[in-house]
Amino acid sequence: MSARDEVLARIRTALGEARPEAALVPRGYRTGIGMAAGDLADLLAGRLADYGARMRRCGQDEVAATVGAALAERGARRVVVPAGLDVPIPDGIDRVPGEPMTAAELDAVDGVITGAALAIAETGTIVLDGSADQGRRALSLIPDYHLCVLRDDRVVGLVTEAMPLLDPARPLTWISGPSATSDIELDRVQGVHGPRTLEVILVTGGR
Amino acid sequence: MRAFLGMPTAVPAREEDSRELPVAPRGVGHLRGSDPFPVAARRALADSQLRANLAQATATIRAKRARVVAELPDWEELRSAGSAIKERALANLDMHLEQLEERFTARGGTVHWARDAVEANQIVTGLVRAAGASEVVKVKSMVTDEIGLNDALAAAGISAVETDLAELIVQLGDDRPSHILVPAIHRNRAEIREIFLRKMADVDPGLTDDPPALAEAARLHLRRKFLSARVGISGANFAVAETGTLCVVESEGNGRMCLTLPQTLITVMGIEKVIPAWADLGVFLQLLPRSSTGERMNPYTSMWAGITPEDGPQDVHLVLLDNGRTAVLADKTGRQALHCIRCSACLNVCPVYERTGGHAYGSVYPGPIGAVLSPMLTGIEDNASLPYASSLCGACYDACPVKIDIPSILVHLRARHVEETARGSRLPGPEAATMALAAWAMASPARFAAAQRGGRLGRLLGRGGQIRHLPPPLSRWTRARDAPVPPAQTFRQWWAREHGDPQSEPEAQASGEAE
Repeated sequence: MSARDEVLARIRTALGEARPEAALVPRGYRTGIGMAAGDLADLLAGRLADYGARMRRCGQDEVAATVGAALAERGARRVVVPAGLDVPIPDGIDRVPGEPMTAAELDAVDGVITGAALAIAETGTIVLDGSADQGRRALSLIPDYHLCVLRDDRVVGLVTEAMPLLDPARPLTWISGPSATSDIELDRVQGVHGPRTLEVILVTGGR
Repeated sequence: MRAFLGMPTAVPAREEDSRELPVAPRGVGHLRGSDPFPVAARRALADSQLRANLAQATATIRAKRARVVAELPDWEELRSAGSAIKERALANLDMHLEQLEERFTARGGTVHWARDAVEANQIVTGLVRAAGASEVVKVKSMVTDEIGLNDALAAAGISAVETDLAELIVQLGDDRPSHILVPAIHRNRAEIREIFLRKMADVDPGLTDDPPALAEAARLHLRRKFLSARVGISGANFAVAETGTLCVVESEGNGRMCLTLPQTLITVMGIEKVIPAWADLGVFLQLLPRSSTGERMNPYTSMWAGITPEDGPQDVHLVLLDNGRTAVLADKTGRQALHCIRCSACLNVCPVYERTGGHAYGSVYPGPIGAVLSPMLTGIEDNASLPYASSLCGACYDACPVKIDIPSILVHLRARHVEETARGSRLPGPEAATMALAAWAMASPARFAAAQRGGRLGRLLGRGGQIRHLPPPLSRWTRARDAPVPPAQTFRQWWAREHGDPQSEPEAQASGEAE
């Protein structure tokens, strides 16, 4: 008997003739947060701040200036920008397309700018799904600085609201603050292998 | 005539044993300790540094967990849903696994099945060899530790690099993990600095014991390995059957590195990790981080379903492992231990774990969940002391995000242990002899009254309301605890003095309950 058939047969033996009834799942948990867009943005900003990630807010026409301010503050000049990201990049910034680049080459840039599929306010999470405005997963992983530009209509309240909006066939990366560890005396320390600095720009009024 | 004493009976255990399934094999992996719990615990208790480290760490995490759990108005609803989802997953486990296999395969992944640790190690070793690699990078995973994968790879000349900070501390320190979430919880910052200075060839000799500096040292040490790794090995926190999606939850980014950069990715997963639906994952992604690190969300969660062209590994494998899990599934009371999402909340609230640490349990699964899971995976005789490594206080049940009733399973396993021992021996065990004697005494009011009068002799042994040493064979009881001094008069004597004739009432009750 193959291992597959044997493991399946063991499961059937373990469950027995009279299989336990498949329990109905009581889904009495929250499926909406009931907040206005402005409050949702405040909540997201607060939760990101708790992780040590800064969120800036700006209008549609201020995106270039806000991105410029963030990059200038960071001192980032050579930045990966995925081909599908529709964000104005200020003058003086060396825009690297990210493709094709080896891991070592990505390790040498100053940072990366991506979009996001959505953000979850309650947990301070941004979710990337590998769409053209984010690029492949390595782009947001290897550079030490990650700037995420997101329209405010992509912000949802709860994890349960995010699930139906995401495509489970795509590679998904949920990011809640910069890389961290609690492995030394269970104290959260920021910055291990992923980007040690995460910043979010929330573009308001974008519809 | 015998009186029923309300003790757990052997009937369900016998019924379950009629379909015995293979447990995890001996001689491979890390499910069995070399010493029984009381011996190992005594050693741990003598280590004051260990106790200080554990007390500090568990107190920190308990406070963090309590804070973020209190934030959610629907925490109990999420727990109920999480528990029911796991129950549902197990009720048709074969169907969910077949669906997972079909969906994962349809997106270019390869699924392997392993009856036990030996077979899983062979599969993974073969895959690493086929990829032509002599070194692999690993995401922290309980299951690969359970099966002793690193040892198997080393025997095949393949070095496995642990990339989680705590696992790295354990690996460099030639140590064993002692906690599900934070394997190096028994080490403090000064000890970690020592290990790094001794074992990291490229470390800055001026390294301080400041946690950010220690994290930075790990970053530099592993960066080159990540960027050049050809094979990554991971476990999985969840696998969604209906979508073929695997999910790994982590903090440092070492997981993302291992899951994204190598050309080949091998994921080893216990068969109980499958959940039926995509929406189910949303429940666990709220329960797990809050219960585990006490965070609203862990920094990074990665999900993948097979292969994505031009993004991440293009050769993706999933190894589905039994290794005793079907034997757990066959135990109707014990099977809920398979609900476990390895958050370690039960460890952090356990008064026994807090004092002994994880090594005393001898298995990769320590603490309350380990005390039920390890003996069921290995067969009780190989971990016979673990079901007794608990005061049955119930804190673990309250903390469990998927409502595993650990105290009830502990009691059930104690009964199974007594039953199995009794079946293997012609003489009655001490429990059976004591219970038979007690049942005989309690079946007759006269014998019961005589026994109680006899018990009053215990007053001669006590001092300050406590008896510290009873004579043999009762000395086994007082070796680990004090016994209270019996009162000067029994309840029945007091009743007789206050109300007259004590005989009629107890007589009626006793005969009513006798078999």
